[in-house]
Order: sequence, then structure tokens, then C-alpha cells
Amino acid sequence: MDWNLLLPLLLNGLIVGALYGVVAMSFVLIYKASQVVNFAQGEFLLVGAWVCWYFLTEWHLPFWAGFLFTMAFMTLFGIILQVVVLRPLIGEPVISVIMATIGLGMFFQALMKWIFGVFARPFPPIFATERVELLGLQVQPVYLMSLAISVVIMAAFAWFFTASKHGLAMRATAFDQQVAQSLGISVPKVFAMSWAISALVSSVAGVVVGAVNGVSSALSFYGIKVFPAVILGGLDSIVGAVLGGIIVGLLENLAQYVDATWLNWGNMYAIAPFYALILILLVKPYGLFGTKNIERV
Amino acid sequence: MTAMTPAGDFRTSYRADMSLFATRNTRLAVLLGVALLALLPLPSLIRQYLENGGGLAQSYDDFLAVFDIGRYGLGLLIQIGFLGIAALGLNILVGFTGQISIGHAAFFGVGAFSSAWLHDHGLPVLVCIPLSGLMTTVVGIIFGLPAARLKGLYLAIATLAAQFIIEDFFARAQWFTGGVAGRGTEPPALFGFSFDREETYFYVVLVAVVLMFVAAANLMRTRDGRALIAVRDHYLSAEMMGINLAYYRTLSFGIASFYAGIGGALYAHYLQFVSVEAFNIGFSIQFLGMVIIGGLGSISGSLMGAAFMVVLPEVVQAGADAIAGGPVDQALKLGANISFLRDMVVGAVIILFLVFEPDGLAHRWRLIKAYWKLYPYSH
Repeated sequence: MDWNLLLPLLLNGLIVGALYGVVAMSFVLIYKASQVVNFAQGEFLLVGAWVCWYFLTEWHLPFWAGFLFTMAFMTLFGIILQVVVLRPLIGEPVISVIMATIGLGMFFQALMKWIFGVFARPFPPIFATERVELLGLQVQPVYLMSLAISVVIMAAFAWFFTASKHGLAMRATAFDQQVAQSLGISVPKVFAMSWAISALVSSVAGVVVGAVNGVSSALSFYGIKVFPAVILGGLDSIVGAVLGGIIVGLLENLAQYVDATWLNWGNMYAIAPFYALILILLVKPYGLFGTKNIERV
Repeated sequence: MTAMTPAGDFRTSYRADMSLFATRNTRLAVLLGVALLALLPLPSLIRQYLENGGGLAQSYDDFLAVFDIGRYGLGLLIQIGFLGIAALGLNILVGFTGQISIGHAAFFGVGAFSSAWLHDHGLPVLVCIPLSGLMTTVVGIIFGLPAARLKGLYLAIATLAAQFIIEDFFARAQWFTGGVAGRGTEPPALFGFSFDREETYFYVVLVAVVLMFVAAANLMRTRDGRALIAVRDHYLSAEMMGINLAYYRTLSFGIASFYAGIGGALYAHYLQFVSVEAFNIGFSIQFLGMVIIGGLGSISGSLMGAAFMVVLPEVVQAGADAIAGGPVDQALKLGANISFLRDMVVGAVIILFLVFEPDGLAHRWRLIKAYWKLYPYSH
């Protein structure tokens, strides 16, 4: 065992996994509230990161202002998408809704490439770049910051869904739409809100990843990595999504380690979560925390 | 004409209800259409033949040139053919069985590589094409099995995983795909005659398209085909009627993979080169787009969707060329970004069809026919 290699990989896995967890959480939020499987989740990260990049480098805004503008923009973006594209599709078969989100993903990915080009662009430096000592490891503060942001988002989610009025309304809608409606909750508003929050939270993750690695269309791959995470955690569990994300992040880096040390196949980093995904579907399709009401045939 | 064309759907026997074509005229129209398609490469062939064999009167050449759609046009039709076959497979899965696959391009690629690989092992191409379909079926069933027990959404996610796993396999398996360099292959040949040009390869694709589409139309008339539709419409009722859900979902996935494999094999022997990078998720989404645009659960719609998807980039390109150099072009930098524009248009078209015409082009075509059937008294 080569701990000098393994430990940084595990830490990296935890940091990336926490980000996966955040994206998976916002994916589950949409799924729970409006039963839409959002294949355009990765494009939320992409659009958010590019918009923030634009505010910071073209308008030369300070980071906090650019970040706030981005969040406002993404909130509007989520609401508009829901109202314009997804609302007309309520009541249509699952396939149509899935296809619509796939179409959205394709559209925005191409649009972002068109506007900003295909090459990765670095964010202006936001955090201090000196390395910090942690558990005997040299860590860039950006990574710690991203971990901290992930934890803050998760805590905010927990508060939102247990204590705030809107969060409770959303949970009620997810539980039973008709009952929620009869209690005076506006279901269309809840749908729009879930998309807004999801877009907002994903874009925060996008900005964080962009600040670390630079912004490029590779960001949208987070939206695909979400699937192993949410299937592992159970499609409709927010806690499961967070845990699933962290596990997928760790799994990737462990696969990387196993690959580098013994197998030398290459590319296991990117592909291991999908093998895991197939395996989970075979063994435990409702995941760790999912509702066990999937009809098996 | 002794019998008038009926003005509606007046079938009086089960036998009539099971017929492939609703009326004699539709049968004639389809046969005529296929015959006309078969004539398409002829002007180009004759012109080439006469040019090689000596002079041709200019006036004859001019006359033939009117009907000559050229290699480029034939190439587009060939693309429509093999993409249409693969799209039909996906339509059997998505439109008729209600399962969704986001990995169709990967299976298309499996077909392309296995046909090229089989040909390298000494089999004639015309044997390789159906065999590669069977190989793709096996691969498809391997991936379909875990998900076939579950509902559509889970198959979607499993096929997404399959897409990435197979793509990774392509990049890794040097012996099968030639690795990063890709794998070259040869055009089909029959009795020493090589179908190596658009004009001749067109016939290979045409025969394949007719066979595959007739097979699909026939499948939907059998017990198995009706079982697939029952699974889509209400899986609980279907199960109560004694339909084995897991069996039929796997079967449907197998059939879809078979069609993808055949389409992929035709693609491989048309381009005579298969690249590892061609079969990405964007291509898979294009297949889904074809099915949505053509019409879910419509056999002829699959071909219309494929045609739409092939012609759309041409239209976008033509549009961009038309305004090339103008102020709009300069402002938007169209020339360098045309591929992104195409992707955007495809994404937008998928959404627009879902919102405004969920039944696709096939439905629109039925409406047009219904309008002209009673013209001018359509209302």
C-alpha cells in the first residue's frame, strides 16, 4: 500500500465527491418535487460557471458581486426553463420529459461552446494560493474552500427542508400533490421553485469547480456522474444523494489507485462509477435510502 | 377502375385488419416509391458508363443531368437509409415498448466494429452484416438484462452507463477496434462485383431498408409485436393477460440492438473506415431525436425522422452559407461555429417537437393525407 499516493487520492475523492453530492442533491430535488429526471443538470453547472466567469473577467466585478449576480441569473434561468419547457409537458409520458431535458442539455452545451469557445478558461484567482498543511498533506486552500462550500450548501438544504415554510411546502408536494394543493400550496409555484433552487445550487457547484479547474464544457460531465450517485443513494433521497456523491467520488479515486498500482488499464477513473451503476441496478435498484416501491418484474 | 378507393377505414374482416397496407392504393404507392428510389442512381451510372465508353451526345447528357442527384445526394440517401434502420430499432424499443435507451449509438458502433472485425477474419461482407447484427443483439441483451426487470427510467440510466462502458471498451480494445487509429474495412462484393461507389452501394442500403422495414411492420402484426405494445400501454394489465414483462422487455431491447447493429454495419462498409470517437452520447441523442421527430410508435416515422436529422444540418449549412460574409455572419462568427449551431438546432427541434407535435412527422403526414383525401371538402 502506497499511502503517499492513496491519501491525497482519498482526500481528492472526498472533495470531488462532496461536489457530486451537491449536484446530486439538486438533481433529487427536481425529481422529488416534479418527478422529472433532469438530464440537463450538468448544463446548470456549465451555464452558471460561464456566467460567473463572464461577470468576473469581462465586467471586472468583485467576486462577491459576480457571484450574487450569477445566483440571481440562475434562479431566473431555472424558473424560465420550468415555465417555458417543462410546464407544457406535465402529464406527458416519462420518455417525453426525459427527452425534453436531454434536448435542453444539448442546446445549452452547444450554446455555451458557441459563445465561450471550446477551450478551458481559468477563473481570476479568488482564494489565496499558498498551500496549507493538513494531516501531513499539502492542500490547496481552493479545495478546502470547495469542501466547505459543499458542506454549507448541504446544511442549508437540511435547514430549508426541515424548518422553512417553503421547504415544508415542497416536501408536502413531493409526498402527495393533491393533499398539498388542498392545504393551499401552489403546486406550479413549488415546481418552479424546485427548478430555481436546483439551478442555483448546481451553479454554485459549477463556479467552485470552475474556480479550481477552469471553466470548460467538461463541467457538464458532472451532470452524468450524478446518475451513479443518485442510483446508489436511491433516486428520491436527499441524504442518499449526498452519500452517493461522496461514495462515487471516493470510488473514482480508489479505481484510479487500483488502476495505477496494479491494473494499468487506464481510464478507470472515468468509467468505474458506471460499472458500479450497472451492479447496483442488478443488486439493489432502489439504492441505499430510496423508496422501495419500484415494481420488480 | 372497378372499385373506388374507400373514403375511410372500412375493414370488414380480421384478415383485412391484419394487412400490411390499408388499401390497394397505399400498397401501390409504396411499391412505386421503392421503384422510383431504385431508379435514382441510374442517371449518374449511365452518364459515367457512356463517358468511359466513348462520347455521349450533349443533349442526352443534359437530359440525364436533370435527374442526376449526384454522389452527394445519393450519399445523403444512404445515410438516411442506415440511420433510419437504427432509428427504427430504437423506435421499436422507445415507441412500441415504452423503454428508453440513451446508448443507441454505442450499439450502432458495436455493429460497425463487429462487421469490420468479422470481415477481417475472412467472411464476405454480405454475411458480416447480418452476423454483426446478431453480435450486437448479444451485447444489447447483456446490458438490457439488469434493467429489463425495472421500469423505463432505470433502463435509461443503465443504457447511459452502457454508452460510456462501451465507448471505453472501443478505446481500449485494440484487437477489436484498432484502438485510436480506428479500423478500415472494405465495401461489400457479390460474385466479384464490388459495391464500392455511392451509385452501387445505394442498392445494398435500399434492399436492407426494405427488408428491415417490412420485417418490423410484420413484427407488429404478430403476437409478439402486440405484446410489446401492451407492455407499453399498461404493463400491469399486460402482465395480467399473461405477458412475461421481463421477457418482452429484453426481447425488445434485443431487437433494437439488432437493428442498431445492422445500421452500424452498413455505416462501416459505406465509409470503409470506423473511428473510435464516432459513437458518443451526442450521436445517441440524435437517434432519440430521430425517433421523437419522426413519431414515437410509427414505423415509417423512423425513416422520416432519420431523413429530417440528415437534411437538417444541410439546411443549417445552406442557411449559414447564404448569409456568409454578411453582418450577421460576422457578428455571430457562424463559419467557425457551424457545428455548435447544428447541435443547438437539433436540441431546440427536439424540444419544439415534444411541446408542439408530440406525435411527430408521421402524424403531420397523416393530417396532410387526410386533408387531400377529401379536398376540397375537407371541412
